[in-house]
Amino acid sequence: MIRRFKPVPGIHLADRKGTEGCRTETVPIPGQILIPMVQHIGAACVPTVKKGDAVLAGQVIGDSDAYVCAPIHASVSGVVTAVESMLCFGNRQVQTVIIRPDADQRLLPGLSPPVVDSRESFLKAVRASGLTGLGGAGFPAHVKLNPPKGVQPDLLVINAAECEPFITSDYRECMEHPARIVAGIQSVLKWTGVDKAIIGIEDNKPEAIALLREHARDDDRITLGVLKSQYPQGAERVLIHTLTGRRVKTGKLPADAGCLVMNVTSVSFLQSYLDTGMPLMKKRVTVDGPFVKKPGNMEVFIGTPLSDVFAACGGLTGQPEKILMGGPMMGVSMHSADVPVIKNTNALLVLDRQLGGMPAESACIRCGRCARGCPMGLQPLDINRAVVNRAWEELPSYQAMDCIECGSCSYVCPANRYLVQSIRLAKDHIRRHPVKAEVKKA
Amino acid sequence: MSIQYTVASSPHIREGATTRRIMGDVLIALLPATAASVWFFGLRALLLVVVCVLTAVGWEWASRRLMKRPDTIGDLSAAVTGLLLALNLPVTIPLWIAVVGTFTAIVAIKQLFGGIGQNFMNPALGARAILVVAYGQAMTTWVAPGAGAGVDAISIATPLMALREGGDLPSYLDLFIGHVGGSLGETSALAILLGFVWLLARRVISWEIPVLFCGTTVLLVWFLGTDGLFTGDPLFHLLSGGLLLGAVFMATDYSTSPVSRRGKWIFAVGCGLLTAVFRLFTSMPEGVSFAIILMNSLTPLLDRMTIPVSFGGERNG
Repeated sequence: MIRRFKPVPGIHLADRKGTEGCRTETVPIPGQILIPMVQHIGAACVPTVKKGDAVLAGQVIGDSDAYVCAPIHASVSGVVTAVESMLCFGNRQVQTVIIRPDADQRLLPGLSPPVVDSRESFLKAVRASGLTGLGGAGFPAHVKLNPPKGVQPDLLVINAAECEPFITSDYRECMEHPARIVAGIQSVLKWTGVDKAIIGIEDNKPEAIALLREHARDDDRITLGVLKSQYPQGAERVLIHTLTGRRVKTGKLPADAGCLVMNVTSVSFLQSYLDTGMPLMKKRVTVDGPFVKKPGNMEVFIGTPLSDVFAACGGLTGQPEKILMGGPMMGVSMHSADVPVIKNTNALLVLDRQLGGMPAESACIRCGRCARGCPMGLQPLDINRAVVNRAWEELPSYQAMDCIECGSCSYVCPANRYLVQSIRLAKDHIRRHPVKAEVKKA
Repeated sequence: MSIQYTVASSPHIREGATTRRIMGDVLIALLPATAASVWFFGLRALLLVVVCVLTAVGWEWASRRLMKRPDTIGDLSAAVTGLLLALNLPVTIPLWIAVVGTFTAIVAIKQLFGGIGQNFMNPALGARAILVVAYGQAMTTWVAPGAGAGVDAISIATPLMALREGGDLPSYLDLFIGHVGGSLGETSALAILLGFVWLLARRVISWEIPVLFCGTTVLLVWFLGTDGLFTGDPLFHLLSGGLLLGAVFMATDYSTSPVSRRGKWIFAVGCGLLTAVFRLFTSMPEGVSFAIILMNSLTPLLDRMTIPVSFGGERNG
């Protein structure tokens, strides 16, 4: 592919993808299932069951009338023992349906492939499947696949970059279900009216590339975009730019650049739903890190507490410093192993003090490594200085809202400064004081 | 809730780069120039280097302690400043003047303005400038390489002085190797270039500032040459005086040069321009240090003027 545009900067990370050869194994149904009513970006679901109710696997237990919201299903059959507020993902208090599973795993009768004969019925099916972006962001899929009036994307971008260290769950999807991925892409193309699709995948996954190429051979609408292994290649705006040269402007959506972006596991799940009618109840997560006895890729019933997943991996051999949901660069650290796996969990990582410790900051030496590594062309050191000095009025000129929070700046900083962390504060401040910031600029 | 783990904002891993490693790389890059100075100017040069490094580190330690701030000698930046100052001094300088120099560099220019990353001009160059003003005689007494630094050493002109006053000019080879008069570290172009290659290979600095700085200077002195247009001797100017040492090791100082690429270009061209002007049109035969110091003072302005447009921002034109 001849590129006439300059790719954005990135950084090199050690792969640590030791689990790429680990086939998916199933974690047994745990003693308790905890299903939070917020598992996506958007409005929280309202529980549709109450304490004492019997539930069947695949039954909707939470939903809402809000547009940006996807229903949540029971992943197991059993009895609701409580509906209560719990500290969970993102360290927020969230209404959670707690189920005591029974042994039978009885499915809701009538789960069957949805009838899809139009764009509307397709979007309805997508919503009913409970699908949210499985790559990590968790945006409800039916919203993403239905761009606003007047915006017709011409390209479906499938994100199989998986640029974070450790994580191999999308890679396993490519290795184990390549045909379903391609079929899913074809379904989305068919019902959304998008012309072409491109699968973005990093060049450190040659076997998956070969498999996908083989399966997509007969469909000339689908191409493979092999990417240099570089972080954050899988960040939506970076991925679109690297593959097409299009820029998603600040505050805009991929659809504004003519692109629909879907994670590779999402598109594969969508096809499985269209084929079987089984809603989103299980999720593959990569379990890895220093203290994990038997690292691997585990298929987990959504709502399974992390401790049960670790137990299925032979347990932990030491006291972790951090437990992450997601990768080491953008994952969320958990206060406890009692929180559950949710829809968009793609990895559970255990970090020891050496890997995940909190180094002390020293003074910025203005080496500029953060700026050279920033895919968005920001100068994180400037934003950091403004935040540390509470010089909020300087923020507008540093364009902090363009930060995608990939964390590259903090990663490369020789002074161990908490750069992206301070940019988050800056963004938060800008969101809270939009007018004030503008006035001061002028 | 059972066990509690550290909850923090991502990223959760770090590359492991440190300020100490960067400064260590600068020290390594300065080794060839230091070795060359000892080779050409004898053990007195080594003594001067040791005194400057030790006192610079000592001042850093003492001033941080006095200000009740965390100790920073471990980041090696004070050692770099001490070594750079030594390489900017004539071998005959009295040791006490060198110590005044390290005090000026570390305490007055660096620590009083907030320590590493906060100083507004390059500490070693700032100190050198002050020493030139305060101890002009001692700072401009040059001896021939190999002559030692004893009382009977014959003082000679530096190549740039010779060029201006019509003395015997050294050959390009002598200039390249460093067999000429001058301050400790500036004479050997070869040794400085070795250091430059190391800094580039270790990605401590990028090529922009040294190349554009030197390029601008030699183009201008060639163009504005002594006997009409296009009669200057660019190679002679490139190899003599502090141009290479300044362009590679001083103008690239992180604290006092712009961060953005565009800022670096303007900064480097400005340094080159001023150096050429000083060398050709002022009473100073040298001009590198004052050129850099002047551009150092413009760095905050350049930083503000050259904030890059972000990925998603609107580009004008």
